Amino acid sequence: MSVIDAPRSKAAPKRRGINWEKWGWIYMRASGVVLVVLIFGHLFVNLVAGEGVKAIDFAFVAGKWADPFWVVWDTLLLWLALIHGGNGMRTLVNDYANNTTVRRILLAGIFASTAILIILGTLVIYTFDPCPVGAAPELLPSFCPVP
Amino acid sequence: MSTAAVMENQPHVPEVIPTFTATLIIRRFDPEVDDEPRWQDFDVELRGTDRVLDALHKIKWEQDGSLTFRRSCAHGVCGSDAMRINGRNRLACKTLIKDLDISKPIYVEAIKGLPLEKDLIVDMEPFFESYRSINPFLMASGSPDKERKQSPVERARFDDTTKCILCAACTSSCPVFWTDGQYFGPAAIVNAHRFIFDSRDEGAQVRLDILNDKEGVWRCRTTFNCSEACPRGIQVTQAIAEVKMAVLRGKP
Ligand code: SF4
Ligand code: FES
Repeated sequence: MSVIDAPRSKAAPKRRGINWEKWGWIYMRASGVVLVVLIFGHLFVNLVAGEGVKAIDFAFVAGKWADPFWVVWDTLLLWLALIHGGNGMRTLVNDYANNTTVRRILLAGIFASTAILIILGTLVIYTFDPCPVGAAPELLPSFCPVP
Repeated sequence: MSTAAVMENQPHVPEVIPTFTATLIIRRFDPEVDDEPRWQDFDVELRGTDRVLDALHKIKWEQDGSLTFRRSCAHGVCGSDAMRINGRNRLACKTLIKDLDISKPIYVEAIKGLPLEKDLIVDMEPFFESYRSINPFLMASGSPDKERKQSPVERARFDDTTKCILCAACTSSCPVFWTDGQYFGPAAIVNAHRFIFDSRDEGAQVRLDILNDKEGVWRCRTTFNCSEACPRGIQVTQAIAEVKMAVLRGKP
């Protein structure tokens, strides 16, 4: 015997494709937990450990990115935080921008800025070379091997 | 003379119940006259046992008969008199005046997020529409010719959400509901919870699908306004969270 038909409400229209609201919600929770670790680890290493904030200079960043561990760390931080923030703003826009045109423009703006920042940031992390070959020696930091 | 005699000789003086004056500032709106709602104040003589509902009655019966509000049971059962009292959603019939700070005026207005009709009355239809859309009735197969048994443990699973009186205090305190009124709202989810976790019900999947929608449980931001507003003390936010987990699991 089957379940009786609902007398009043029509069945929920079957939506095809990805349920963005559900995955967005899950993403916010999961990335939030990881970000707590990533951000506080980042802050601790940069600002507290060792010499503290005074240690930060070009050489410090170059030293960090010489280690694959920090490359992965910073990549994760960049992607998770930007998408987390972008999705948060998307939610706000969906809530408060009632005008369809305004909403589309704002959403496109959020998407574009998030994407551009992610691409540029990733590019910097992976193409970073503190001592590029063939650069003028007086522009190179002091720790570079003298050719 | 014995004490009893003294008591007998005394004339019977009815005990004077102390009264105090409270000021109520009520947000009035008469669609036939006003373009915008306006605030009007009333001074009312009240007793320590009086509730906001009694103050509203005194105003309506003694000062201004045009004051409009809903009430039915006057004892926190029917859920018709939810209103915003000093900025918080409460039932007028369950809010004692003496529990409020009467050195300051008491602000009373209609609940937010639903269309204002007159004074303290809002159009509840959008609220009931989302209530209806989650199928708030037992969906079970088989003919009901014998009782559907349930253990006390199974019954306790959804006990909290059976207490809802559909007053709309929660939904109309929800900032997500205020934004565009499209969100199902806490009350609908509470009543879905009541059936989703009922072992006798077989429609959980249907309700979970409905609430997995764009305007469903995912719009909840865990603000806790609803839990704070509920005059029945239902842990509304927790019920919503349980429905979210059930959606993720795909079963109650
Ligand atoms: S859950 Fe509480 S506040 Fe919400 S409608 Fe039911 S009784 Fe009212
Ligand atoms: S009048 Fe019925 S709940 Fe207040």
